[in-house]
Amino acid sequence: MNAALALGDDALVLSHRLGEWAGHAPVLEEEVALANIALDLLGQARVLLSLAGDEDELAYLREERAFRNLQLVEQPNGDFAHTIVRQLYFSVYQHLLYERLAAGDGAFAPLAAKAVKEVAYHRDHAEQWVLRLGDGTEESHGRTQAGLDALWRFTGEMFQPVEGLDGPGSGVDREELRTTWLTAVTETVERATLNLPTGPQSGGWAAGAGRQGLHTEPFGRMIAEMQHLHRSHPGASW
Amino acid sequence: MAAVTADQTTQKTLGTVDTGRTADAEADRVAAFDATVAADERIEPRDWMPDAYRATLIRQMAQHAHSEIIGMQPEANWITRAPSLRRKAILMAKVQDEAGHGMYLYSAAETLGTSRDELLDKLHAGRQRYSSIFNYPTLTWADVGAIGWLVDGAAITNQVPLCRCSYGPYARAMVRICKEESFHQRQGYELLLALSRGTAAQHAMAQDAVNRWWWPSLMMFGPPDDASSHSEQSMAWKIKRHSNDELRRRFVDICVPQAEALGLELPDPDIRWNEELGRHEFGAIDWSEFQEVLKGNGPCNEQRITQRRRAHEEGAWVREAAAAYAAKHALKPSPSAPPAAAPASSPASASASDQSSARTAASARHVEETA
Repeated sequence: MNAALALGDDALVLSHRLGEWAGHAPVLEEEVALANIALDLLGQARVLLSLAGDEDELAYLREERAFRNLQLVEQPNGDFAHTIVRQLYFSVYQHLLYERLAAGDGAFAPLAAKAVKEVAYHRDHAEQWVLRLGDGTEESHGRTQAGLDALWRFTGEMFQPVEGLDGPGSGVDREELRTTWLTAVTETVERATLNLPTGPQSGGWAAGAGRQGLHTEPFGRMIAEMQHLHRSHPGASW
Repeated sequence: MAAVTADQTTQKTLGTVDTGRTADAEADRVAAFDATVAADERIEPRDWMPDAYRATLIRQMAQHAHSEIIGMQPEANWITRAPSLRRKAILMAKVQDEAGHGMYLYSAAETLGTSRDELLDKLHAGRQRYSSIFNYPTLTWADVGAIGWLVDGAAITNQVPLCRCSYGPYARAMVRICKEESFHQRQGYELLLALSRGTAAQHAMAQDAVNRWWWPSLMMFGPPDDASSHSEQSMAWKIKRHSNDELRRRFVDICVPQAEALGLELPDPDIRWNEELGRHEFGAIDWSEFQEVLKGNGPCNEQRITQRRRAHEEGAWVREAAAAYAAKHALKPSPSAPPAAAPASSPASASASDQSSARTAASARHVEETA
């Protein structure tokens, strides 16, 4: 239950953020790509939340403190580079995690086996854009470096164990995951002529930890918008 | 499907230069063009065509492409507020499809010797239009359903005959677009049906949306036949197959029974069945409103074009980065480097459109399956 919510909320919240791009992307191909990724994530969220209960009740009727997503995925879109860096940090993590879950024999193995193909595409999309933006113009380089720096502090949370997900047979070892993630992200960032930040990946600077239902300020506003219509018509079906 | 093969076209074109008999050659070209159109065959990009035919097609296809792109805005307005995850997925897939349709149509227009960048610049400068319907606001969730049912319904009524348009690339784009549009239209209808059969508040929301979208949807067919400047020539060229009024009547005949099935009323007290004519009569359209919207004075004209310009301007650095990257890496290809042609910098090629279409269709199926 806890693990399904953690994974499901990550996908739900990031999908919502990507949905905010619709009609605002820098080029038509990215309208298609960002919406496509958002749809994949929403599909994953629906399956995962349904494992934990009713998907709409969970998405629309929980308070902020009951959401279990990472703080990383709730961060506002910022500019295109900021969004792409968020995608890089998260999709590399999600890809590695789902690969391991798919190979294990835990409850999430079948779901992860299906989702890992979508996530591989998300990861490729993010990596290709980090290369273009990092090694593009001076402006794109600067914006991408700023994104890497600003979002770095939210990456540590990805490597905290999740109850019901980690452990014997699950295939997930958070320390191994962190090392592999760091190697992969470093390689992309360096090829893009950028620098991976070196400071702490999490700590006292944070409002808390998303997995414990402690979120950052923009998140409350995001779910207020998301839930408003549903909450205005209690008991209605759509 | 092509009226003449590419080889024949080339021969025909070169032949005229060699002979120097300009007047005769010109007459031959016109005759070949007219014969192709008369035989209901397709004009293809390398075929000779009258300059005015080319210009009309560029204008119409550009306007069509722009409508897909601007048309994303009123619906995207509700993505973050969709009331269930299933509806949210359907809406996201729809808005994504619209971007894909814009891409096919820009690609099709490019076969006439223009470019997507040029067409977008004209849109942003206000020198080319998009459909008047997208200048109306989406004020409630039910508007998303009304757009699906009425606006997409009107678009399909307009576009199905375009699948037989004399210009091949346009006709083929329309075949693909109409399939996806029909899917969206059914989903919009189904959304309204759920509201109509829901709580009293939901039913009222649905009725209010239909009241606001009905007349603007009828205006989508364009001015009445006696005031339509392009119609006659477009019909002679078989770009258009039916007159504005004829398509509008067909649309009303389709909508009346659907509204009954929905349990919603159309906001026109003058609608009645005319046994003698075998069709519905309906009330007068307020053409002064239509003219105001076309002139830029509709409720959202300013907002729509400002958002489009802003997305383009704020995205300039991204497109520049992709172009700079592509230029650097075209010179020193490495096996692990991404393809030199970044999507942002390359014009929409046919194959790029095919790929996006495949993914778009896949996402629509994904939504349907999980729905």
